[in-house]
Amino acid sequence: MLDKEIKIHKFDRETKEHSYQKDLSKISVADRKNLIETGVDVSEKGRSGTFIQADHSVIHAKSLQKGLEVMNISDALKKYDWLKKYWWNAVSKDGDEYTALAKKDSRNGYFIRALRGVKVSHPIQSCLFLKKENLLQNVHNLIIAEEGSELNIITGCTTASYVKKGAHVGISEFYIKKNATVKFTMIHNWAEEVVVRPRSKAVVEEGGMFLSNYICLKPVKSLQMYPTATLIGEGATARFNSILYAHPNSHIDVGSRVILSKPNTKAEIISRAVTNGGTIIARGHLKGEAPFVKAHLECRGLILSSGGVIHAIPELEGKNKDLDMSHEAAVGKIAKEEIEYLMTRGLNSEEAQAVIVRGFMDTAILGLPPELQKGIDDLVKSCQEETM
Amino acid sequence: MLSIENLHVEISGKKILTGVNFSIEKGQTSVMFGQNGSGKTSLVMAIMGFPQYKITKGKIIFKGKVINKLSIDQRARLGISILLQRPPTVRGVKMRQMVELISHIAKKKIDIEKMADKLNMKDFLDRDLNLGFSGGEMKRSEFLQLTTQSPDLLLLDEPESGVDLENIVLIGEVISKLLGKDKSALIITHTGHILNYVNANRGCVLSNKKIQCVGDPHDILSRIRKHGYQECVRCHRKKPEVIKEG
Repeated sequence: MLDKEIKIHKFDRETKEHSYQKDLSKISVADRKNLIETGVDVSEKGRSGTFIQADHSVIHAKSLQKGLEVMNISDALKKYDWLKKYWWNAVSKDGDEYTALAKKDSRNGYFIRALRGVKVSHPIQSCLFLKKENLLQNVHNLIIAEEGSELNIITGCTTASYVKKGAHVGISEFYIKKNATVKFTMIHNWAEEVVVRPRSKAVVEEGGMFLSNYICLKPVKSLQMYPTATLIGEGATARFNSILYAHPNSHIDVGSRVILSKPNTKAEIISRAVTNGGTIIARGHLKGEAPFVKAHLECRGLILSSGGVIHAIPELEGKNKDLDMSHEAAVGKIAKEEIEYLMTRGLNSEEAQAVIVRGFMDTAILGLPPELQKGIDDLVKSCQEETM
Repeated sequence: MLSIENLHVEISGKKILTGVNFSIEKGQTSVMFGQNGSGKTSLVMAIMGFPQYKITKGKIIFKGKVINKLSIDQRARLGISILLQRPPTVRGVKMRQMVELISHIAKKKIDIEKMADKLNMKDFLDRDLNLGFSGGEMKRSEFLQLTTQSPDLLLLDEPESGVDLENIVLIGEVISKLLGKDKSALIITHTGHILNYVNANRGCVLSNKKIQCVGDPHDILSRIRKHGYQECVRCHRKKPEVIKEG
């Protein structure tokens, strides 16, 4: 779907405010169900912090660990004058019509920061939630991991069960300082008529690491993003993993880009794309600009039904003679040999295919801590049970 | 247990087997010799029910039932299973998950860790099935699955190929254990090596698209070693009465 067909300005901009909820357990049963589906633990046990925004209203923001800040970005910008130098620094304001829109009028978003040397003991959870039909939600998030710190964030985006149509524009800027680590896992659970345009950039300093996981298994009308990590310090690492499932009428155009601009930087991009009738454009771009850069891109696509399209576009761009970059891409149907092999063990053909597809959407590639792994596995399972 | 009557098999219109007659009794382990390309693999694949091995004539009878029309999994659930020579890699499907699935289907409670330990496969339980496995590791992975499945009829396609000397003893032990007193097996071997590790009561030779000779497996092997496979064909022609099942 072309951007000009989306007509982002046609979505509603205004809606009523939702009240702040100090106690997460007091939110409505219906809302709670949505939150749980995107990985939010409403008990907040086993979480270091929580941020929840419904439409334009931040309804909950809390840090449960010393040295960790979890706030509404609007409050953070008022509190810290120095934040200005990070605001619109990684992401360019003039990138496209969505960044232009966010520059003019963004409505909240999260600010997450780990102070120097602080390592979060549990993941921080966040959820951006569309409750009003036909609303354009646009947020601007800022994540800073100060030197030697470690952040682990799980963020889910979802719609209320009755919302079918809407738009989400999200600007996210990640600053990963020297020897800091950010593990970021994003789950998108949108609806059939939702248009999504995230714009994310990460800047990783010396010895820093950015691990970004992206999971989109539910229907979405049009999703397009190309998150980019720039490795500006020696020995920095970036990894992008995506698991995508396109339903009929879904159009997903997702890429990951890493710019390796300093020596000894490393990058890995892995994507698994499955279509049951929708279109997936799986892009990847590795740009090596310095010596002793090592990077690999792997893209696998599985087409389950006719009408489904997977277009893998892996790109390698080397600008130095001492670098090592590679890619592999494969698109096809489930191999008959694999189905038959599992059948010799007593699985019928449908069971064998289900096991293979689930294996294909292998959540082990995400490298998640056990407390998140199970939730994600359940998501994959329920997606599959709904569609196969 | 298994009876094959006048079996004709084709692959993409090409005749591979023309009139195989053969049977395996309950508790019997048969070893099948034959040159490369003689159709040994095709025979076991046809018994297992792989659709590309098309049966054009004849019958496969298992436990008194004609199974020609049954799918692979239906045959597996009846009690047949196979060790493939080169099983495919199944990405993302972990070995542990596979063994759990098999034990669920077979309704058998098992101690995965203990079983894997016995086969030196404990470190492989959380790896993708067959991904990057060496020849020997692949075989051990297969035997872990087969032990869980515990079929009544085991079709083993060259179980010793790619296995080093140290592990062949282990695999021999596993096969022997799998073949309890009521279990049957058909073991394909190219080298005959496996005879040193498995107690086989019968041997046969597949050549010229048919079974050519049936007898004591050790005798057959030593004859093949001395005179080559042509001797089996010649001997069979000369004394067809010796081989009732020919």
